[in-house]
Amino acid sequence: MNKVVTDADEAIRDIEDGMTLMLGGFGLCGLPENCIAALVKKGVKQLTCISNNAGVDDFGIGLMLKQRQVKKMISSYVGENAEFERQLLSGELEVDLIPQGTLATRCMAAGYGMPAIFTPAGVGTEVAIGKEVRNFNGKDYLMEMAFDADFAIVKAWKGDTMGNLIYKSTARNFNPVMAMAGKITIAEVEELVEAGELEPDHIHTPGIYVHRIFQGKDYEKRIEHRTVRSKE
Amino acid sequence: MTKCFNYQIEQMLDKQGIAKRIAKEIKDGYYVNLGIGIPTLVANYIPETMDVVLQSENGLLGMGPFPFEGEEDADLINAGKQTITMLPGSATFDSAMSFGMIRARKVNLTILGAMEVSENGDIANWKIPGKMVKGMGGAMDLVASAENIIVAMQHVNKAGESKLLPQCSLPLTGVHCVKKIVTELGVFDVLPEGGFKLLERAPGVTIEEIKSATAGKLIVEGEIPEIIL
Repeated sequence: MNKVVTDADEAIRDIEDGMTLMLGGFGLCGLPENCIAALVKKGVKQLTCISNNAGVDDFGIGLMLKQRQVKKMISSYVGENAEFERQLLSGELEVDLIPQGTLATRCMAAGYGMPAIFTPAGVGTEVAIGKEVRNFNGKDYLMEMAFDADFAIVKAWKGDTMGNLIYKSTARNFNPVMAMAGKITIAEVEELVEAGELEPDHIHTPGIYVHRIFQGKDYEKRIEHRTVRSKE
Repeated sequence: MTKCFNYQIEQMLDKQGIAKRIAKEIKDGYYVNLGIGIPTLVANYIPETMDVVLQSENGLLGMGPFPFEGEEDADLINAGKQTITMLPGSATFDSAMSFGMIRARKVNLTILGAMEVSENGDIANWKIPGKMVKGMGGAMDLVASAENIIVAMQHVNKAGESKLLPQCSLPLTGVHCVKKIVTELGVFDVLPEGGFKLLERAPGVTIEEIKSATAGKLIVEGEIPEIIL
């Protein structure tokens, strides 16, 4: 069960134009930086990207947007990206904005083998247009379908050769639920160790969900809003 | 259409004042989710004697203050993408679980900003068609599930129009969900049968001034005390 590939280029080798990708991360935190760089280099186009955010103009998915590689974004919040907003308002980019919890849970449903979920998020709003509404115990819920993604690309802190993953702090975010949801899941990790070196009780994503893993390099880990307090 | 209001009141609350007043709504033992903007400031006014845990919907319970300079961690941010710290007893989790605990009503209080609130408790805060499309983030999940929602916002927008309306003109974030509003002018309950019930007014602000800045149905009963911060 050795899932190890050499690098991002090998991991994404069979990603083709028109595919649907899930990309982990929240803002610029917990992004699969190596795979994004490889996708930019490869130049695949017409992609549908499922990701909570769209990066910023010069980092994260923003780099793919700049090159017009993205046909459609499925996200919950895209506020920090001027190029994104421009492409959206001009109609060049198709965008499906969905509630953050709905986004996470539609990933989770895919990984749990459930076709759909019911959530109250968006009831009575434009998010509900065209969706089935069901009433349970006096409250309305929208039926939201599980995602169907060709690839899920995630970033973890540590991983082993069998694909078991451990995340760090809030860099976990969407990564575990997306890791479970791809037809093929690629994990890039800061530290890759031999199977058996990670404590089984500490594993967040069991390796069964991961198809390819590699140790990433040169992580920039950019901070979007650096906020500090002074020592007094 | 909303009317235009111009008012000059000197003693109305500033953003810190709004945050300080909202902090008084937090009870010992609460798990609280604070939105971006004024709500974030509320954390500064929670009494230290109180046992309160802050939830950040990107996957953290136990959010602490900003880190000391040089101790920032790119892997540790809040939902506003600011660097933060974790207090003792913190727990991290994934985004699905984060909204699971919100949907399951484990989070006791949600405080968020708004562009508009209607007198029946509808809220709009994610989109201005043709102009601003940032997305709803976690706001739709929060307002659809939270038992107790307080809105922290300015009473009027930059164009001078009231944000407390008979009905929202912008695309909705949620319906019949806002329970309370705190603005620079006062504190309002949103009644289940409709209407903004004035509970307290900012120091020096008259009821007439509040009336003229409120486009929706304002209910004033008896003496209205000043806000005590």
